[in-house]
Amino acid sequence: MPGREGNVAAADIAVYMRGIRKEWPGVVANDNVNLVVARGEIHALVGENGAGKTTLMNILYGLVRPDSGAIFINGRPAHIAGPRDAIRLGIGMVHQHFMLIPVFTVGENIVLGREPGGPFGVYHAALTAEKIRELGEQYGLSVDPMAKAGDLSVGQQQRVEIIKVLYRGANILIFDEPTAVLTPQETQELFHILRGLAAQGKTIIFITHKLREVLEVSHRVTVLRRGRVAGNLITANTTQEEIARLMVGREVLLRVEKEPACPGPVVLRVQNLTAISEQGLPVVRGVSFDLHAGEILGIAGVEGNGQAELVQMLAGMRQPTSGTILLEGRDITHYNARQVRRAGIAHIPEDRRESGLILNYTVAQNLVLGRHRWPQFARYRFLLRLRAILAWARRLIQEFDIRTSGPQALARALSGGNQQKAVVARELAAEPKVLIAAQPTRGVDIGAIEFIHRRLVQQRDNGAAVLLVSAELDEIRSLSDRIAVMYEGQIMSIEPSSVSEERLGLLMAGAAGVGAGG
Amino acid sequence: MNFLQQLLIALSHAELWQATLRSATPLLLAALGGVLSERSGVINIALEGMMLTGAFFAVVATLTFQSPLIAVLIAMMAGACMAYIHAIASVKFHADQIVSGIAINIFALGLTGYLLRSIYGQAGPPDMLPYERIPDIVIPGLSQIPFIGPILGEQNLITYVALLVLVSVHFLLFKTTFGLRLRSVGEYPRAADTAGINVQRMRYLAVTASGVLAGLAGAYLSIGFIGSFTENMTSGRGFIALAAMIFGKWTPLGAFAACLIFGFGDALGNQLQQTSGVPAQFLLMLPYILTIIALAGLVGRSTPPAADGVPYEVGAD
Repeated sequence: MPGREGNVAAADIAVYMRGIRKEWPGVVANDNVNLVVARGEIHALVGENGAGKTTLMNILYGLVRPDSGAIFINGRPAHIAGPRDAIRLGIGMVHQHFMLIPVFTVGENIVLGREPGGPFGVYHAALTAEKIRELGEQYGLSVDPMAKAGDLSVGQQQRVEIIKVLYRGANILIFDEPTAVLTPQETQELFHILRGLAAQGKTIIFITHKLREVLEVSHRVTVLRRGRVAGNLITANTTQEEIARLMVGREVLLRVEKEPACPGPVVLRVQNLTAISEQGLPVVRGVSFDLHAGEILGIAGVEGNGQAELVQMLAGMRQPTSGTILLEGRDITHYNARQVRRAGIAHIPEDRRESGLILNYTVAQNLVLGRHRWPQFARYRFLLRLRAILAWARRLIQEFDIRTSGPQALARALSGGNQQKAVVARELAAEPKVLIAAQPTRGVDIGAIEFIHRRLVQQRDNGAAVLLVSAELDEIRSLSDRIAVMYEGQIMSIEPSSVSEERLGLLMAGAAGVGAGG
Repeated sequence: MNFLQQLLIALSHAELWQATLRSATPLLLAALGGVLSERSGVINIALEGMMLTGAFFAVVATLTFQSPLIAVLIAMMAGACMAYIHAIASVKFHADQIVSGIAINIFALGLTGYLLRSIYGQAGPPDMLPYERIPDIVIPGLSQIPFIGPILGEQNLITYVALLVLVSVHFLLFKTTFGLRLRSVGEYPRAADTAGINVQRMRYLAVTASGVLAGLAGAYLSIGFIGSFTENMTSGRGFIALAAMIFGKWTPLGAFAACLIFGFGDALGNQLQQTSGVPAQFLLMLPYILTIIALAGLVGRSTPPAADGVPYEVGAD
């Protein structure tokens, strides 16, 4: 076995994946990947998007069949043709998107597929509850088996997922980006659970791209880059910088370099904005804030607390039920998306595939979307000036380092990071007064994140007002000049950028009475 | 006033209520099939075609073998075959389930119409002898009770079978581990898959079972209720059953209640047609009007299984 993992005794190896190769049409997701995980350790599997982490774990869990390679579980060769085989071998997976059925009870969700009693037998709710109570006591995880899964908080749902996996007798637990949807406090709780499980001899594989978490909770790290293993490290002997370098293949600036902001006058004033969801429930409840020229205001919060709806209202994609939006004193509350854009607001939407790009259009067409009626691109606002559009696209492609075969390539053919760069390029090129950036680096690799962050700061320094909405707390903290925290449709507080992470976490969890912020 | 009096008289006769149950029987069987199919995540608007196929082959079989029992079995198999086509299209090939359903309905209409003429000619099938039909049952004791007696104690054999199926489907769906798995497949197939449940097999099973029940409903219609086969004799009952299923919020008991309402509309229309001066066409519209009213809002919001109509691909992200 290669490198530094030689210190694991053969008898202690729980998972050994050897020479795994998996090719999707046009992409090699895993190329001769070796993974060794010792029993009872927390093993972090890190890499950028598309590095092949999830494919590798899906292979281990039987959701994907490898083209070649071998898997050994507890030293024995294993043939894993489907999740059933994986479960039988004691492998369990806690998926990034929870595999819970909202209308089922917690108990039903946990025992589904392995109900106590025969396959055609009667379902015993009481017996199920009893089993879950036993498991809960053994591992210190308590849940109410009779509660509806859909009524639980995200943290509780994750706990149900963990119990579900343990109920199936898993000794090897795979966690796919488990902290993506958690508050910092819930993350700490999860880490506590993970350490407890490892102490009881469970083997844990932890997929993440958050380097801080790797250092905090794991024993060893395997780094993937473009489908290959880029390094095997012992966590205690490494640093964030080293891991980042292995992930990207070059030195990466993890901190955003920026000068203190010099905020100008208020550009965007939001007063008592309210919105109702499609289900008729209030999702944004009386949000007010001022956004100054030359500052980045970060909106933090666990996803689903009204941030998306707030952004939609500001971008003219959703009608507020009450409240006003003032752009330099002008009431733009009821503007539609086109009017909002014309008024000088640019919008990087949170889902680039859904509302940022038209994937079947070319890169050039996408780069003028929303500006296609500008006189420089259209004669009489109707006849497109195709040559001007191509020239414009070439300029942006170069300036924003969009990796594409050319302006005539379909947006669909771009990688996620480059698609995002295209959206960012289009929005920034309009030189807006206000830039609304929603999850601007979601699903984007570290190199592109670095680039997008620099451009956002640059935009601020040029005097634009930037509203940054992100679920990544690190992103909010490193970019924002002020931080507003949203919880259940309200802004809990607006804090200075020096606020402690703990306080932010409490605000994100809706803790009342944390005291007024700045 | 005359019409209102006629209505009151009709309501006070046990025959109306007996006819309600009689009309509700095929709807109930098909609706239960619909519940099974859609709970597994496959939209089944092909109930109509499966029912029609069942009705036709029941007639052919009973005239051939002179045995209603064999006829019923063959009708169920015919319905199952149609359903299996729907399952292959929608489960294996991820076809649009509405389109596949429409295709099967049209196919069933054409197939039965063609075979009807090529086997029995212009005259249609000969009259059935009493022993070739599914018998009516008179339950001793129960049938003697005034008013209720004829309603509950004198019905076709299949009506009793349908009530038995109703209880069984309810029990299967909500009290057994099998039902739990079936519903999980219709709610969140990926979760079911990761829990080790074979999503495709579950859906095949459920869709085929819906065809069996729809075929049985068809057999009841042709060799139980009416005693003959005419072209397109189901005349939309499969769709009414579908409406009953939605009206009943995808539950067997709810669907049963809805079927009774539609059956009542049908029975009342037939009754008043004979006694009142209201045009027959208008009264025959009753069950369909009830269907529209029910679907338009009387029900309130009804939520289908979350993955109803969504094909599931193993291993896709």
